[in-house]
Amino acid sequence: MAKRVAFLQGNEAAAFGALYAGCDFFAGYPITPATEVSEVLSVELPKVGGKFIQMEDEIGAMAACLGAALTGSKVLTATSGPGFSLKQELIGYGCIAEIPCVIIDVMRGGPSTGMPTGPSQSDIMAARWGTHGDHPAICLVPASVQELFEETVRAFNLAETYRTPVIVLPDEIIAHMRERIVIPDAGELEVIDRRLPSVPPEEYKPYDTSFGDVPPLASFGSGYRFHVTGLNKMQDGFPTTKPSLVQAEQERQMRKVNANVDDIVTYEEYLLEDAEIAVVAFGSTSRSVRYAINVAREQGIRAGMFRIRTIWPFPDRQIRELSTRVRAIITPEMNLGMCTQEVQRCVEGRVPVQGLFRVDGEPINPDQILESLKKVL
Amino acid sequence: MAFDYEKYLRPEKLPHIWCPGCGHGIVMKGLIRAMDALQLDKNSTAIVSGIGCASRLPGYMDCCTLHTAHGRAPAFATGIKLAKPEMNVILVAGDGDMVAIGGNHFIHACRRNIDMTCIIMNNYVYGMTGGQFSPTTPTGQKASTTPYGNPDPTFDIAKLAIGAGATFVARGTSYHANQLGGLISQAISHKGFSVVEVLDDCPTTYGRRNKFRSVIQMMTRHKENCVPIKAAQVMSPEQLQGKVLTGILHKEERPEYCDEYARIIRLAQGAVR
Repeated sequence: MAKRVAFLQGNEAAAFGALYAGCDFFAGYPITPATEVSEVLSVELPKVGGKFIQMEDEIGAMAACLGAALTGSKVLTATSGPGFSLKQELIGYGCIAEIPCVIIDVMRGGPSTGMPTGPSQSDIMAARWGTHGDHPAICLVPASVQELFEETVRAFNLAETYRTPVIVLPDEIIAHMRERIVIPDAGELEVIDRRLPSVPPEEYKPYDTSFGDVPPLASFGSGYRFHVTGLNKMQDGFPTTKPSLVQAEQERQMRKVNANVDDIVTYEEYLLEDAEIAVVAFGSTSRSVRYAINVAREQGIRAGMFRIRTIWPFPDRQIRELSTRVRAIITPEMNLGMCTQEVQRCVEGRVPVQGLFRVDGEPINPDQILESLKKVL
Repeated sequence: MAFDYEKYLRPEKLPHIWCPGCGHGIVMKGLIRAMDALQLDKNSTAIVSGIGCASRLPGYMDCCTLHTAHGRAPAFATGIKLAKPEMNVILVAGDGDMVAIGGNHFIHACRRNIDMTCIIMNNYVYGMTGGQFSPTTPTGQKASTTPYGNPDPTFDIAKLAIGAGATFVARGTSYHANQLGGLISQAISHKGFSVVEVLDDCPTTYGRRNKFRSVIQMMTRHKENCVPIKAAQVMSPEQLQGKVLTGILHKEERPEYCDEYARIIRLAQGAVR
C-alpha cells in the first residue's frame, strides 16, 4: 500500500506524532509560536475519545497534564519560552514525583517575552536546569518536520520508559516550516507504554526500587491507592527527611537516565570520516551547516557535521571522541553560546572550539558558516 | 457502636502533624463522615492538595492521594477529573494556598463547573511558614509580616467562589463540628464545582498574635460570630451587623464540564449534530 504523504507544518507534525504515540490528553495555554500544536489536537483528540483542555495559564496546563498522567493517560503540553519558564515549577514536580509527560517547547527569542515570532535556540539551558534542584533531563532537538513527528513519538516512549518529563525542543523555524512528510503506518514506529505494577494493590509502592531504577507506576482509579508528593519521599511515596533515604532517592533519579545514555542519546554524523573541521550543530542551524559543508567540500575544505539530535543527556562521549580526530570545532547556534560551553566541556581544550552565535531573530545562514570554516583553517 | 474512622485512614501515618487546637483534624473527621455517608469507593476517590498544613490531609487518607505544589491543586485535580470523570475528586487546601497563589486556578475551576469538591480550611494565616498574613487575614490583625496590623483588605472566599461561578457554596466552622460532615456530603453529592469554606483556627501562629487567650476562646468566636443562613432570614440588618453566614449559601444547576466535554467527543465523532 502506498505510504501516506502529507505537506505539514512542524507543529502539526508534532501533534500527529503525539496521536501516533497514543497521547490521549492535552492541556495547554496559547502562546506563539506553539499554538498550532494545540489547535490540531483540539480537533483531533476528541475524535479518538481523548481530552483537550485549554487551561487558565501555563502552570495550570502543566499541572493538569501531571494529574491526568497519574490516571494512566499519555499527556502532552506545548509552549514557548515565557510559558516554558512558568512551567518549570511543575516540570520539577514531574521529575521528583516521576510522572511521565511530554512538553513541546518551540524556542523563540528571549529572555522574557523576547521575540514571539523570531526563531532562537536559547532554551537549551532552561530545558536542562530551568527547574530547581538536581534532576535528570531528556531533551530532543529535531531538525525537520519529519523528525519532529518521529521525535515526538520517541519523546512519549522515553517519558513512559523512564517515568519522567521529556522535552521536545524545536526552534521556531522547524515548528513553522512546511515540508513533505511520510506518515508512518501504525506499528512501523515503536510505541512504548508504561510498566504497570505486577504486585497486588496492598503490596504496591510507587517508588519500589526492588523493581529497578524505574519502578512501575499504577494509575489512580485502577484499584491501587497510593500517595504522590513533591517532597523527598520514601519508597511508599510518603515524605521523609531521613538523609540516607533522600540521598539514595536523588541519586537513583539521576541514575535512571544517566545509566542509560546509550539508549537515549541520538546523533548524526555527516561527512566526518575524513574531516579536519567539525561543525557541531542542532535544529534548523544544522540545515545551513549541511549546505555550507557541501559547498566547502567543493572548495576542497574537509569539513563535516556532528548533528546533535538528543541534547540532554549531552553526547559527551561522542564529542570527546570527535575532538581527538579533528583540528577544530565550530559551534553555530541561535543563542550566545549555551551549547558551545557544553562542547568545550567535553573537548577539554584538545582543539579550538569556535562559537558562531546569532540572536537577532534571523537564521544562521550557510555563508556565515562557510566564512567561519575558512577562518579556522 | 463507635464510628470506624480508621476505615478511611492510613493509621500507620498517624499521628498527624497538626498542632494542638488546630481545626484541621475536625475537618478531616467531617470529610470521613461525609465519605462514609455517601459510601464513596476509596479506589475511585482522589484527594488532592497543594502546600501548607491543610495540604497534609490527603496523606492520612486511604485513597488515591496527591500532595502537589503551592496553589496548583485545582489544576492537578482538573487533569485527574477530566481524564477519568468516573473518579470522585476532592480538593483540600488552606486559605493562602487556594485564594492567593492558587487564586487563578481556583476561580477557573469554579467557572468551568467541573465536578469536584473543594474544602478550604480558612484559618486566616499562613501557618506552616510561621504565621504570615494571608488574603483572608482580617484587616488590622497581626501576623508575622504585619507587625503593625494588616493593611490589606480581606477576601470573602464564599463570595469569590459564587462570583467565579461555583454552583454549590457552603460555609461551616470548626466549632460546628457535627454539621461539617453534612455540608461536605452535600457538596460531594452536588454535580458541579462545590466549595466548602471552613472557618478554622490556628492558635499557634494566628491566635497567639491576636490576643486569643485560649483555643477554646478561638473556637467559640465562631459560635458567637456565625449565623445559620436560615436563621438570618428573620433577622434585622442591625442584628446581622458583623455576623458571618453559615450553611449552604448558594446552589444552582449548570452544565458540568466533563459532561460538556463528553458532548464534544460525541460531536467530533459524528454522533451529534
